[in-house]
Amino acid sequence: MHPAVGDRRTLTARAGVLGLQGDFAEHLATLERLGVEAVDVRRPDQLDEIDALIIPGGESTTIGKLAQQYGIVEKLRDRAAEGMPVWGTCAGAIFIAKDVPGHPHPLASLMDITVERNAFGRQVDSFEADLDVPVLGADPFHAVFIRAPVITRVGPGVEVLARTGGSVVAARQGRLLATSFHPELTHDERFHRFFLSLGKS
Amino acid sequence: MASQSTPDKNGSKGTWTLKTGLAQMLKGGVIMDVVTPEHAKIAEEAGAVAVMALERVPADIRAAGGVARMSDPDMIHRIMDAVTIPVMAKCRIGHFVEAQVLEAIGVDYIDESEVLTPADLKFHVDKHAFKVPFVCGARELGEALRRIHEGAAMIRSKGEAGTGNIVEAVTHIRAITDGIRELSDLGLMAKLEAKAEEYRVPVELIQQVAKDGKLPVVLFCAGGIATPADAALMMQLGAEGNFVGSGIFKSADPARRAKAIVDATTHFNDAKLVAEVSRGLGEAMRGLSLESIPAAERLAPRGW
Repeated sequence: MHPAVGDRRTLTARAGVLGLQGDFAEHLATLERLGVEAVDVRRPDQLDEIDALIIPGGESTTIGKLAQQYGIVEKLRDRAAEGMPVWGTCAGAIFIAKDVPGHPHPLASLMDITVERNAFGRQVDSFEADLDVPVLGADPFHAVFIRAPVITRVGPGVEVLARTGGSVVAARQGRLLATSFHPELTHDERFHRFFLSLGKS
Repeated sequence: MASQSTPDKNGSKGTWTLKTGLAQMLKGGVIMDVVTPEHAKIAEEAGAVAVMALERVPADIRAAGGVARMSDPDMIHRIMDAVTIPVMAKCRIGHFVEAQVLEAIGVDYIDESEVLTPADLKFHVDKHAFKVPFVCGARELGEALRRIHEGAAMIRSKGEAGTGNIVEAVTHIRAITDGIRELSDLGLMAKLEAKAEEYRVPVELIQQVAKDGKLPVVLFCAGGIATPADAALMMQLGAEGNFVGSGIFKSADPARRAKAIVDATTHFNDAKLVAEVSRGLGEAMRGLSLESIPAAERLAPRGW
């Protein structure tokens, strides 16, 4: 097991989840189960009150447009530059990627990865699979992929954390984390613990 | 490219987690009825989380009369090609072959809908038999649970489609949320068993709803939303998102109204914002009073 994972003392105290659209409630519930104060973030000023932020699954076009419109994108870039950990799951991974070919709307552009949207196809091609994720320990991580993106390029300094069928589906760059799948939809909290430990690393 | 990304051999598809999971991703959003690729693009640009591809919006189905069926696959394909957000399409109640066709086309969600003319007066589609997820309408909790038991991975309150009149939507969402509250207060197993019998569903499903205080799937509202305030009203009454049909593309300025309804759905508790986005939207769809619709022409009683 990663040294920080599972040790509550190293966990971030106040974590936000961007609550504009998507499955933010599932992330908030997982954070609360971990004993973290969870904040539903819908306004830019709330980004000053949290130590880490999760961008949930949802529709990346919708989340991107609303975040831009409400002034969250700019503020988030400032906070990330100050070292606040940010994790994007599925649509959230698209939101934080520097490069998303063909995406119709402006995004936060934080992490040096290229992400291809709907890379496995439409909903009928959505799938569940066990992943080998060495940073979480030896046990496989059961992952839920829903109209999922894949990470098609990782920049220098980006660490690949997991693949499926040869495609990169989880990566980390410093305090930035991106996953194509939805740890908030399963009861395995190891990815949330891993993310919360990044703030203290 | 997509062809290079293939799941591991252990990748299972069409599971309950995947079906209900997609609905989780739509929460807090607006799903808009569209009849052309141009409409679909306007909806996506306005921030819709999905579109419903159909040949006519419910107001026009109502006006046209006759038998309303699944849309032309060609038309659905063109809408799927026009946008990157999920595309839903409707099949008739009980018409499992229309559902098979929609699954074969590759739509992301099927709405087994009372807006189309029912094909079977006894059976709804056995939705567990499909890999593609289904959303179904309901007027009260029992109807919602029967649909979930048949495999619906998402529920929408029915309202009265194509009227631009919110009254039935309010009645139905209240009936569903009141029903859930009532179950949670019942407590005794014997009473839960009686409810299971009344609703014609397994007692395990009743127990789960009583314990969680919510449906085991996502609950949206549909049928009559015409303004941003309507959308926020339904969210405050317990909907987790909204379907908007005729209310957008039957109004004077669909692009602005669509965006305003998205904003009001996101910030449903922020009256200042709802006020702001409601300003100068132009004329809403004209709408129909319930009393003006003869009982035989009402859509919500279809299904059971």
